[in-house]
Amino acid sequence: MTLDLFIAGFGGQGVLLLGNLLAYAAILEGKNASYFPAYGVEKRGGAATCTVVISDDEVASPVVGRPGCAILLNQASLDKYLPRVRPGGWALVNSSLAEENLPRVAPIEVLALPLTELALDVGDARLVNLVAAGIWARKSQALTLASLESALRKVLPERNHRFIPLNVEALKRGAALIAS
Amino acid sequence: MDQRLFVKGNEAVAMGALAAGCRYYFGYPITPQSDIPEFTARELPRLGGTFIQAESEIAAINMLLGASACGMRAMTSSSSPGISLKQEGLSYMAGSELPGLVVNICRSGPGLGGIDASQADYFQAVKGGGHGGYRLIVLAPHSVQEMYDLALLAFDLSDRYRIPAMLLGDSVIGQMKEALIPHPRAQVELPPKDWAVRGKQEGAPQRVVKSLYLGDGELEAHNWRLHERYALLEARETRWEGLHTDDAELLVTAFGITARIAKSAVRMAREAGFKVGLLRPVSLFPFPREAFRTVTLVTKKVLCCELNTGQMVEDVRLSVARDAEVYFYGRPPGAGSLPTPEEFAEQIARYCGGAA
Amino acid sequence: MSQVEIPVFTAPRSLKPVVTHFCPGCQHGTVHRLVAEALDHFAVQERTIGVASVGCSVFLYEYFAIDVVESPHGRAPAVATGVKRALPDRVVFTYQGDGDLAAIGTSEIIHAANRGEALTVIFVNNTTYGMTGGQMAPTTLAGQQTSTSPYGRDPANDGSPIRMAELLAQLDGTRFSARVAVDSPRHVIQAGRVIREAFATQIQARGFAFVEVLATCPTNWGMNPVQANQRIAAELIPCFPLGTFKKIESQS
Ligand SMILES: Cc1ncc(C[n+]2csc(CCOP(=O)(O)OP(=O)(O)O)c2C)c(N)n1
Ligand code: SF4
Ligand SMILES: [Mg+2]
Repeated sequence: MTLDLFIAGFGGQGVLLLGNLLAYAAILEGKNASYFPAYGVEKRGGAATCTVVISDDEVASPVVGRPGCAILLNQASLDKYLPRVRPGGWALVNSSLAEENLPRVAPIEVLALPLTELALDVGDARLVNLVAAGIWARKSQALTLASLESALRKVLPERNHRFIPLNVEALKRGAALIAS
Repeated sequence: MDQRLFVKGNEAVAMGALAAGCRYYFGYPITPQSDIPEFTARELPRLGGTFIQAESEIAAINMLLGASACGMRAMTSSSSPGISLKQEGLSYMAGSELPGLVVNICRSGPGLGGIDASQADYFQAVKGGGHGGYRLIVLAPHSVQEMYDLALLAFDLSDRYRIPAMLLGDSVIGQMKEALIPHPRAQVELPPKDWAVRGKQEGAPQRVVKSLYLGDGELEAHNWRLHERYALLEARETRWEGLHTDDAELLVTAFGITARIAKSAVRMAREAGFKVGLLRPVSLFPFPREAFRTVTLVTKKVLCCELNTGQMVEDVRLSVARDAEVYFYGRPPGAGSLPTPEEFAEQIARYCGGAA
Repeated sequence: MSQVEIPVFTAPRSLKPVVTHFCPGCQHGTVHRLVAEALDHFAVQERTIGVASVGCSVFLYEYFAIDVVESPHGRAPAVATGVKRALPDRVVFTYQGDGDLAAIGTSEIIHAANRGEALTVIFVNNTTYGMTGGQMAPTTLAGQQTSTSPYGRDPANDGSPIRMAELLAQLDGTRFSARVAVDSPRHVIQAGRVIREAFATQIQARGFAFVEVLATCPTNWGMNPVQANQRIAAELIPCFPLGTFKKIESQS
């Protein structure tokens, strides 16, 4: 099984950390994973994107043209990247900051949730990436919350480990949205 | 179970170099490879090694030359514009038969270009780069694990043949993260560095590390000697990876990150019923000429994919069987130029006559 | 009555007993000898590594009985940095001309000094590019005719002669910087002392040491050896004063 995921938002939404976290958790589960941050001029302009591929086999391309899933955290990302999602795929859209106003081109499932508000509810708008991680893990059934929690310890710098309980709460809040 | 780390390609290449016993790093910052000096600046002092942020890439390659002349395993890294500045030093190292590792996390050019992935330095890497008709050992990693593994191999080959080695990466391989299983360096027997300077002891022969040969016939003989060593390298140290080459009607070839993209494309095309295989050169110099010749005795169509407007394709054309046809598909590098597996798959369908 | 011969003057051990390729009256040979005498003085021949530059002194290894690494034009301080860092207990010196050190290699020398590399740098300033046939160097005097300043060096166009010993003395990393000449017995003796001092700086772990030696290039100055030697006092020293510009006794 191979899952590919494209994540986009603006700087400060934790896009790169989210990709890193999901890929790391997959590694901890004994899967193969690649995490490819697209940086460059775009990043300077405030946009951040990354691609994560998780597979039971060797990961072939870390670069994906049409991903099976996208997490789109702001309006610009939604407009630019939603049309790239493969037919049959799905997208998680942050409805707090973005709404779908272009005609949909491919048959995909769009899960629009107020991620920023949910994050604020947990305690901080910057937790938007972790709420998204919880949702993605549960919906894709690719990763357990336990491995995400372990991965958090790896991807967060030591000085931020004190935020781990709050991060875990955000993960759980996201996951719960799918369970219900 | 082996320890599985999750690291950037740039970190992996630095880890591999340290595992190879490299204790000297000299470099100058440039995106997208600065993780390498940042890693070595942190780790080398802990290992009793030396890290110097040089005043320029020119100084860095010459510091490498000096450390290598003393018989030490040493490295430098940079990205394309900085690699251009190192060409003088590389030529001197090649002429002085000094080993050493140079990592090029290739970015787009010409000139200042951009910082996106590129394979536009292929010619520069494999055809000599600097003046004087020398060659480097050029290895092209296509995964984070290979960044590590090939760093180890590069040092061994470089020491054995006394030819400087280059790892030709790109900004995707350098920046992406994957699992890495570190391992200690293989215990291979290497010739003693009985040429390294160390202070001439009483009665011992003087050791001189130099590239200047002015006596009648000396330089010609020196060049023939180098040439023979390059031939030996080709006979013994060519490396490549083949995938589904047995029944392929079309052979895709690519190196580095492009080979990863091509692997997905080949998988897609196979699922669609196309008989397509992949030949990935791991050593760009020596180039796997014989592998291309052998495969194309049967498979008559080759599609070469690169992140440039066509460079390796020239070596492919020189290598394939006479009646094989070679096609090219590539993109000049730059922001938004990264080709996708879907794009390569389309090209495969185009050249694979008669869809299944 | 038997007579005992007491040698009062012998060839330095650190030099090979060979004939040099230098032109008649060229002072590279004198400077080679002074460097070799310093190595003998400290008995460090066996742990010395020379770093040759590109210029008339490129054949360092032909004359010195020591291990030598050759470097690209101007890069000797960087090569020597690599050598010294790899073998910190060795005595490492570079031997560079004014084109090599003060033009193409300005960056390397300044930064090696600024890092305080424990090197000894012997800088032979003959106000021209000797090896390539007498072109203008950064040290060429104002008005001096060379093959690329046929009307004389014009400071308005070409800048003025660069004083490396003073310039490098400004850097914190430099522990010793001096300028000497070898145009008279007195100056030769003085130069020998200063070159020894520059090696002592390294041997006593005090850091970076620099000696600029004013020297003749009769061939490219279009002079005979005597005239060329006289030019040192008449024209060079007024522009490049002799002296010690920096000397720090404490260890680095
Ligand atoms: C990159 C490069 N540029 C130019 C040269 C040609 N070249 C050789 S020696 C030299 C100048 C030497 O002058 P200097 O350093 O003053 O030494 P001298 O011969 O006067 O002792 C030049 C320009 C070279 N070898 N390499
Ligand atoms: S050209 Fe000048 S510097 Fe060179 S050997 Fe002759 S006199 Fe000496
Ligand atoms: Mg000169």
